[in-house]
Amino acid sequence: MIRFERRLEQPRWLAVAVPVGSILVALLFAGVVLAATGHNPIHAYRRLFDSAFVAKGALSETLVSATPLAFTGLAAAVAFRMQLFNIGAEGQLYFGAIAAAAAGLRLHALPKPLVIASMIVAGCAGGAAWGLIPALLKAFFRANEIITSLMLNYVAALFLNYLIFDSASYWRDTSTPEAQVFPQGKLLSESATWPATTITHAGPGLVVPLGFLLAVVAAILIWALYSRTRFGFEVQVLGDSQRAARYAGMRTRRTIIAVFCLSGAVAGLGGASQDGDFRHLLDPRGLTQSGYGYAGIVVAALARYNPFGVVLIAFLLGGLQNAGYTLQGADFPSGLVGVIQGLILFCALGGELLRRYRIRLARRPAPVVESA
Amino acid sequence: MNNSILVVVAASGVLYGTPLLFAALGELLAERSGVLNLGVEGMMLIGAVMGFWAVQRIHGSSHLVLSAAILVAALAGALMALIHAFLVVTLRANQIVSGLALTIFAGAAGLSSYLGNDLELGDQPARHAFEPVDLFGLEKLPVIGPIVFGQPVLVYGSWLCVIAIYLARTRPGLNVRAVGESPAAADAMGINVARYRYAHTIVGGAFAGVGGACFSLSITPQWVDGLTSGAGWIAIALVIFAFWRPELCLVGAYFFGAFAALPYTLQARGVTIAPELFQSLPYVATIVVLVLVSAGWTKRRLGAPASLGVPYVREEL
Repeated sequence: MIRFERRLEQPRWLAVAVPVGSILVALLFAGVVLAATGHNPIHAYRRLFDSAFVAKGALSETLVSATPLAFTGLAAAVAFRMQLFNIGAEGQLYFGAIAAAAAGLRLHALPKPLVIASMIVAGCAGGAAWGLIPALLKAFFRANEIITSLMLNYVAALFLNYLIFDSASYWRDTSTPEAQVFPQGKLLSESATWPATTITHAGPGLVVPLGFLLAVVAAILIWALYSRTRFGFEVQVLGDSQRAARYAGMRTRRTIIAVFCLSGAVAGLGGASQDGDFRHLLDPRGLTQSGYGYAGIVVAALARYNPFGVVLIAFLLGGLQNAGYTLQGADFPSGLVGVIQGLILFCALGGELLRRYRIRLARRPAPVVESA
Repeated sequence: MNNSILVVVAASGVLYGTPLLFAALGELLAERSGVLNLGVEGMMLIGAVMGFWAVQRIHGSSHLVLSAAILVAALAGALMALIHAFLVVTLRANQIVSGLALTIFAGAAGLSSYLGNDLELGDQPARHAFEPVDLFGLEKLPVIGPIVFGQPVLVYGSWLCVIAIYLARTRPGLNVRAVGESPAAADAMGINVARYRYAHTIVGGAFAGVGGACFSLSITPQWVDGLTSGAGWIAIALVIFAFWRPELCLVGAYFFGAFAALPYTLQARGVTIAPELFQSLPYVATIVVLVLVSAGWTKRRLGAPASLGVPYVREEL
């Protein structure tokens, strides 16, 4: 009879061993899926690793994929730390992208640093504003934030589509006849293009987008906020026990709203980075098909809500996504990336049990019929 | 008269609402047992792709093939739900993250797309599909004819799932409600909490699989990546919208189905209104209902199962 016993202390090495082990076990399972459908797993994995991290320019491309995941991962981590399940990073990212594109289009005549700064601010504000809705509903009506933030993702996606495909909005390019037939966003000007840093020491040169640097800065700030300030302490207490926090005189409502807005702002910054770093226009199709918000939850869960862990995991999963785009073809079926991501998350969830419980094989069968 | 816009919208509301109804009833069963499964979208897509695969590969008469396809879709959905049940019931994992993982694993950029590609199902016309059946020859009746009697078999099938009677009038139905409200009390009564949660989550997955198959076998009889386009999330919304009651799910499903179908109907008649407006209505309506449900005065009678989302561990309570 297998029994689970709660661990009184969690060994530190498990905090590293569990995520690493989950990734390995997930790759094993995905290998079974590959083999069962007639693909050679070892060959597929070698090509995957090569095009994610080794090939010429692969690391730069991996950073492109990792940047949005780092933002949405941080957004999820910020909220989940407090047991506030903001599933809405997806929609908050869209609104960040919408606001940042508006700022970039409107203020393009200003000097470049000012345009970029205004896009960053607008992106944060857009994301925070969209995050404010579930926050207020949670704080004042106790409406479950999982459902409201999830529903708002779809509303945001539809709104984004409406702006470009079904209206003559400010964001839509209506200048040429082709643009009338194939709707797309207005192109951002050169002054709204975010600069990338090129590190030339390593071989062909590693291009680091400004957004990735911002994500690292955000991770440091979030770490400092949560481990070095009174606000961060309150968030942790609220996450562990709402009741204890209220008895201690902490203001639950205000913290819920603040954390949700912070989470939304980080996701919105990810949207601004999509505009400024990569897409250079408001791109509904590209944004809605990428599912950055949902992947961010995978990233945050794997990193166990640690901001630095988020950046690292975002880099790894970014590599996986990048390889998925590059390799898509006959011997690398589409959808494999999602399969691997899902499996990693399943294994991480299972592994969480190993961290919290010790598994014992009892000598005599337990007197109860089933232990679960 | 049967061509008037209201009748057409109502009839297509019933058709488009049927996959929502199947998926929502399945989710309702799982939630009533205390298991929140956010993987509905993933389970529907797996059901859709495997159902379509069965239709393309199994040979035989149309009736036989389609029944087999529904069975395959249900099995595929159930298999996906089994993963979730194992993680959240046996391994006590976080139900939200596990459900999202299921959607990522099985969803539009995951296993369903992988299978659709690998089994080469895209860009093929379906060999068999559920066609509208003229039930009792009453399709020509004014108004209710096309709405009630001119639908594909799947629509009639959904009316046979009498979950409301199951939950209110049968022993296992009452037990599952006890498990969802207070697993400790149910356990003390001698109900096997884990077994009930497993069973209802898995059956819920089968329902979601059939719901997905409604798309690939009836509404758009073909396979494309992400065919269900968010219907799984609407189904989750629908359960809340219906206050966790199966009979209200029926009304809500057709209501939301009509919203989904309205833009196409209007477009066919040359009326152009931004389709996004109608498409966003189910989500907005759900948020409004959720706020009403949560805000105190209705909570006692209409609230969610009390232990929804909470793992049950006997020795820790």
